Amino acid sequence: MKDPSQVIHDTTVRLLRKAATVLPKEIEEALKAAHAHETDETAKTQFSAILTNIKLAATGVPMCQDTGIMIFYVKVGDKFPFIGEIKDSLAKATRKATADTPLRPNAVNPIIGGNSGDNTGKKIPWINWEIVSGDSLEITAFPKGGGSENACILGMLKPGVGLTGVKKIVVDNAISYMGKACAPNIIGVGIGGGSDIALKIAKQQLLRPLNDKHPEPEVAKIEAEIMEAINATGIGPMGLGGKTTVLGVKVDYAMRHPASLPVGVAIQCWAARKSTAIISKDLDVTYLTHPVEGKK
Amino acid sequence: MTEYHLTTPISEEDARKLKVGDIVYVTGEHVYTARDEAHERALEMYEKGEKPPVDFEGSVVYHVGPVAWQKNGKWEIVSAGPTTSIRMELFEDEFLRKYSARIIIGKGGMGAKTLGALKEVGAVYCSFTGGCGALAAKGFKEVRAYLWDDLGMPEALWVITAEKFGPLLVTMDSHGKSLHDDMDRMVAARKADVYARIGIKE
Repeated sequence: MKDPSQVIHDTTVRLLRKAATVLPKEIEEALKAAHAHETDETAKTQFSAILTNIKLAATGVPMCQDTGIMIFYVKVGDKFPFIGEIKDSLAKATRKATADTPLRPNAVNPIIGGNSGDNTGKKIPWINWEIVSGDSLEITAFPKGGGSENACILGMLKPGVGLTGVKKIVVDNAISYMGKACAPNIIGVGIGGGSDIALKIAKQQLLRPLNDKHPEPEVAKIEAEIMEAINATGIGPMGLGGKTTVLGVKVDYAMRHPASLPVGVAIQCWAARKSTAIISKDLDVTYLTHPVEGKK
Repeated sequence: MTEYHLTTPISEEDARKLKVGDIVYVTGEHVYTARDEAHERALEMYEKGEKPPVDFEGSVVYHVGPVAWQKNGKWEIVSAGPTTSIRMELFEDEFLRKYSARIIIGKGGMGAKTLGALKEVGAVYCSFTGGCGALAAKGFKEVRAYLWDDLGMPEALWVITAEKFGPLLVTMDSHGKSLHDDMDRMVAARKADVYARIGIKE
C-alpha cells in the first residue's frame, strides 16, 4: 500500500519544480506566435530573449528568479479518502521544492519582518479549496510572481457606469502599469459578488486554457473587446513597444448586490506558471500540464 | 540599432557612444547586483567617508534579487532576471554621481532624476527582458563574492564575472533620451483610439 501523504508530497514537489522551470505548452506556443506576429524590432528582441530563456529553463532552471509566492488550487472529491493528508503534504512539498529546485525564498513576515527561508509560514502556502463530487484529488500549483501581482486591482464601481465602466477600469489599469508587470500579460477579470469574490474570480480566470472563450457570448464579447483595446495601446512586450501587450483576457462574474459593482483585475506575467496533477483514490497520479515522458 | 560588446570597467567615452535602441553584451569583473538596500548602504558609506568593498567606477549595476545556491562551497547564481527599477529612483542619481557606474540594468525604466544623472555622469540604463532569469544567469560565468549577506539573498551585493551578459537593450541614454518616456507619450496619443474600442468617447 502506498503512503498517501508521500504520494501527495512527491506529486506536489514535481508540480512545483515543473511549474518553475517549464511553461505549459499552450503559453509557449502563444509566445512563439506573438514573436512571429511582431514587426517592431524592439518587440522582436524581447520575444527572442523570452523564447531563449524558456529553452534554457527547461533544462531544470527556474525561468524567472521570482519563483513566486506559493498558491495552490485544490479540487478535492467528496469521496477522496485522504483529505486529512493534503494540507501538511503541500507545505512539506513546498519546503522540499524550495531547497531542491531551488526556488527563491519568498515568504516574508509583514509584521515582524524576516524571511522564513523555505516559502512557508502563516497561511502560506495558501490553499484555495474546492469540494467537488468524486473520489480523486486535483492539485494545481500556481506560484505567483510579485511584479505582476503588484498590478492587480479592485474597483468598487458605481453600478451606473455599467459594463463600459468595467472595461474602462481594466484598460486604464493596463495603461497605468504599462509593461511593468512583464507584458505580454494574461488578464483575469471578476465582476460582481463582492470585493473579495470579484478578486477571487479574477484570479481563477488565470487558470483557464489560453485559447478558450467564455461560454456566454456576452461575456466572450467583453473578453475580446478588452483584449483588442489593450493591444491597440502599443505598450508591447515589457512596455517597450509592440503589438502584443496581452495574450489573453478572461472574464467571469457572480451576481452582484444592487448597490455594488465590484471589479477584480488579476494580472499574470508572460511566465504564466502552473502545473496540475490528479491523484486517484488508489493513489495513481496523472500529470495534466506536464506529463511524464512516455506516459499519457 | 547597433550591437556593442563591452568589457568592464567601461569608460565614460564608451558609455556616451550608446544610444537608445542599441544592444549591449557585457563581459568583465565589474558586474554587481544592487537593489534598494544595497544602494542605500553604498550611499551611507560614501557619506561616512568609508570605501565600499568593490570598485563601482566603470561598473555595471544590475537591479536583481537572484536565486542562488552553494555547490561544493561555491556560490552559483541559478536565475537572475531583473526587478522593477523605479524603486531605485530614490537613490540612483546620487549613486551615479558618487560612484560613476556606467551601465544600470533593470526593467521598467527609471525617472527624470536618473535620466538627468545619466547625462551628467555619462552612463546608460539598459532593460533586460523581465522574467528571463535563466538567460541572465547564463551570462554569469562566476560569482566571486556574496557581500552584504546580512541584507538577505535578494538584497545582497553579489560580485559577478560576466561573459556576454545580454542582450541588454539601451532604453535611457546619456543624451537625454528615454524610450520609456517616448512610450508614455505614444500610449497617451493612442488613448482615444483605445477607448473608442470599448465604446468610450473622450
